[in-house]
Amino acid sequence: MNLQEFLTIFISAVFIYNVILSRFLGLCSFIAISKETKPALAMSFAVMFVITMSSAITWFIYRFLLLPFGLTYLRTISFILVIATFVQLVEMVIRKTSPQLYRAFGIYLPLITVNCAVLGVAVLNIDMFFVNGKAVAGSFYYTVFQGICVGVGYTLAMLLMSGIRQRLELCDVPKPFKEFPLAFIIASILSLSFMGFNGFKF
Amino acid sequence: MKKLIAEFTKGLIKENPTFILALGLCPTLAVSVSVSNGIGMGIAATFVLLGSSVIISFIKNFIPERIRIPCYIVVIATFVTIAELCMKAYSPALDRALGIYVPLIVVNCVVLGRAEAFACKNNVMASLFDGLGMGVGFTLALILISGIREFLGTGRLLGHTVINGFEPVFVFGMPSGALLVIGLLLGFFNFLKGRKA
Repeated sequence: MNLQEFLTIFISAVFIYNVILSRFLGLCSFIAISKETKPALAMSFAVMFVITMSSAITWFIYRFLLLPFGLTYLRTISFILVIATFVQLVEMVIRKTSPQLYRAFGIYLPLITVNCAVLGVAVLNIDMFFVNGKAVAGSFYYTVFQGICVGVGYTLAMLLMSGIRQRLELCDVPKPFKEFPLAFIIASILSLSFMGFNGFKF
Repeated sequence: MKKLIAEFTKGLIKENPTFILALGLCPTLAVSVSVSNGIGMGIAATFVLLGSSVIISFIKNFIPERIRIPCYIVVIATFVTIAELCMKAYSPALDRALGIYVPLIVVNCVVLGRAEAFACKNNVMASLFDGLGMGVGFTLALILISGIREFLGTGRLLGHTVINGFEPVFVFGMPSGALLVIGLLLGFFNFLKGRKA
């Protein structure tokens, strides 16, 4: 475990393999909620929180339940169940403790269960930080850090996209290309510019 | 029988999951680098759709209303695990090419969407044909997108050179090419829909 490793995880998760623009995870919410900056930001924070927490939880489940008992083939089922339960729990806690926060991103929380980014990052962590059925040294820290970085990458893409789309509201676009098709074409151009970070490798 | 065939064919074009309903786009974009990947993903998703639609419509009367989504997810995840293990056993190369997108079929909106919108309200036979139709529609969409991308990005189709001396446009093999192709195709289908109406 050293600093360079963390730096590599940060740059690859935020820029080179950005969750949305290069791995295509969480694309549905990206296209659907990026019309305005404010809800986009609320959604991003909710996603960042859930990804980080679920990365940590799924690491514990994989390391202390699935690996020792030889149940690794149950990975998909157990992870998605834990994520669904966790999201439900967070929703209930927020509703009880802070109605204001609940109003801010309450409606987006249930959507996160089926956001592929959450399950995708959980599976990706296992693929990256467990080699031959053994945890890499410091893999828990890497896992949590990668969760945070993916969240940052998601927020960055969301912010860029919502800013551009807000301005495009005023433009005269050919009718068949309004809304979704145009959003995809913008995302394509953004993704093209993010490809420039490829040279950043260590 | 006629009704069942109608359930099957509506998934192909009229309610195509990718182009008309715009569901399940994440795996569509990620795996459509080559036609063989697209076909593999399509078959896996069709299997999961078929199995989960049948089982969910079979047990729909026993599922409590309030926890139906977790129940659906468990059923879907079971079939995804079956597909994952079969793929690992019989075609490891395809499994490596598709990577994390195989377990991600669980959160594919097409599967959960059909469970919620169709299988929980209709009988087993109708759900079977609906699942099959949606699966085939999804596969066809994948073949179309991956065909365009593989041809433009590498100059080949299914690994065979199509036109000699064709200079490939590499960007279509990249993530941004996928987004561009799907954006243009969605616009094209919208245009067709607008002309018919």
